[in-house]
Amino acid sequence: MSLDVILVGLAGVLTSAAPLLFGAIGETISERAGVTNLSMNGKILLCAMGGFAATLATGSIVLGFLAGAFIGGLVALVLAFASITLRQSQVAVGFVLTLLCRDLSYFLGNPIMGATGPRLSTLRIPLLADIPGLGVLLFRQDIMTYLSFLLIVGVWIFIFRTRPGLLLRGIGERPSAAYVRGANVNRLRYLYTIVGGAIAGLAGPIYSLSVKAGWKGTISGLDGMGWIVLAITIFGGWNPFRAAFGAYLFSFLQWLGLVLQPALPGIPSQVLQVAPFPLMILTLLFVNIGNAEWVERSLARLPERGRKRVVKILRALNVKPPSALGTPFEKE
Amino acid sequence: MREGSLSRAALRAAAIVLALLLATLVMLAAHAPPLAAYANIVLGAVGSWDVAANVLVAWVPLLLATAGLLITFTAGLWNIGIEGQITLGAVFTTWMLRGLQASSVPPALILACAVVAGMVGGALWAMLAGALKTFGGVNEIFGGLGLNFVASALNLWLIFGPWKRPGVASMSGTVPFPPALWMVTVTPQSRLSISALVIALLGIGLVYGMLRGTHFGLRLKAVGRNEKAAYLLGVPTWQHMMFSFALCGIFAGLAGAIQVTSVYHRLIPSISSGYGYLGLMVAMLANFNAALAAPVALFFAALNVGSIQLPIVLRQDSSLAGVLQGTLVLFVLLAQGVRQKLTGKGAT
Repeated sequence: MSLDVILVGLAGVLTSAAPLLFGAIGETISERAGVTNLSMNGKILLCAMGGFAATLATGSIVLGFLAGAFIGGLVALVLAFASITLRQSQVAVGFVLTLLCRDLSYFLGNPIMGATGPRLSTLRIPLLADIPGLGVLLFRQDIMTYLSFLLIVGVWIFIFRTRPGLLLRGIGERPSAAYVRGANVNRLRYLYTIVGGAIAGLAGPIYSLSVKAGWKGTISGLDGMGWIVLAITIFGGWNPFRAAFGAYLFSFLQWLGLVLQPALPGIPSQVLQVAPFPLMILTLLFVNIGNAEWVERSLARLPERGRKRVVKILRALNVKPPSALGTPFEKE
Repeated sequence: MREGSLSRAALRAAAIVLALLLATLVMLAAHAPPLAAYANIVLGAVGSWDVAANVLVAWVPLLLATAGLLITFTAGLWNIGIEGQITLGAVFTTWMLRGLQASSVPPALILACAVVAGMVGGALWAMLAGALKTFGGVNEIFGGLGLNFVASALNLWLIFGPWKRPGVASMSGTVPFPPALWMVTVTPQSRLSISALVIALLGIGLVYGMLRGTHFGLRLKAVGRNEKAAYLLGVPTWQHMMFSFALCGIFAGLAGAIQVTSVYHRLIPSISSGYGYLGLMVAMLANFNAALAAPVALFFAALNVGSIQLPIVLRQDSSLAGVLQGTLVLFVLLAQGVRQKLTGKGAT
């Protein structure tokens, strides 16, 4: 395989990681505020279908993306209303929404199944696109991929380097403390759930207008992506940079599977398609096992030097969710 | 108190009406004739003895899945991995049938072994999700979900690999088993097995009794309500959780075994048919009440079977059943929230 082919392949890895990034970073914002939006899997499908349908009807790609963001925000609003105002279980409502959105996308998308429509074109950045190597990799992407780079950095700065970001972390970690300091916890949670939902909603049209252009119903191969996105959010430890690492790693391994397929004729393609999921379990195991009680207990029995090393590795891998994630806030 | 139950019924009714209204709007948006679609679903579910029997065929796995899920829900667990547990039940059943079909063991005994193998398979897969949660700190939702995909990969690999049909492997599944190894059905052509129906009803009855009237059910409830308090009161919590996973897995595995032995007579790629996820919805709509679960599951099974003809008759996607089920559960959850808000009671 020549270097050029590899570079083009890696550029494709960056492109196909873009929807995962929008999804995981949108979810990160929502969960940082204390709201788990479990509807991701169905939502991505519905936004993909809705975005593609909007573009088909109007001929405008921009409207397609706006439709995706709008639907994502709307689904998040339903979740926010049910969980924040009506105090129902986020998991229950999110799960119902994920199934409902999936079936809605198949039902409403039936008439546009297999239709061909416009797709996002690549946007060469003048001069930079001609840099040998790097140009192919980074500067011949479409606009959403460029935006995904900006999103990682932008949201990281917002969460960790600005005052509103501090407040966002506050309402997810210690809502009562934030409330005492004058923050309207529930209103902010509404805001961030909807904003996070809209950003995650963009993942849908990125699929249907770019990465896997078109709408093919149940055989779109999108069903399951939302769960990967949620796993990446956890793997990312609610940090955009770490989430980006997860998204790129996942996307890279998927590409590797595709490249290696001809070399492994014994394995049917259906198996390679689901290969990411055991990987998802393993990564979640790695980042969570440090929280398990028996690990702590058995570590205490290790000799001093070895223990320090193991603890260091576990610490580096370990993630802890925002403390108030999933619990409704009550002023008292 | 009477007033309370009255307003509760009124809110439920309002939720159902709103759900139907939303579903109707969805159909109008898709340029589908709503009345014709509803009529088609009703006819498709109760229009003839054959389709009514098919509703019962779908009821069996759904009821078994729901019965198992009521146990894990009581322990405060979201066993989303139930789809994979059904699949593994079907895989283990097929494995046992394949292993014994050429032997001289009497067919009835082979069948019994196969069903037990299915239950073991489901339980093992469920305990894997339980172990990931207990010892690995992996939330059961994500562990279970990942395991669902692994289970379907394993199933596909078996169908296309070691267990493929002679000649060419296909999505239609493995070679059908000889009729001697099928569960007895009401007529030779029917897929409805009275014994499967009895097993499912016994299953939900057993769960009803266990959760209401036994010490174990009570302790499980304690674990589900407040894990820390239960632990401090001397309930071995992780053992209870693990056991509830195993029990749910047994029910799921049984559902998978019945799909293989009485419905499809072979292993097919999507053997779990979404009954696990649907069971989660049934449990929620029945408000985690075992007595309500049976009629709700029957209704959902009727919606599923009733919508099968939609693509042929009205050129509409059969996912309409899912849309109806989803809106119903969503609005009932919302109505429950409204009631709690009005009566000033917090969410439980």
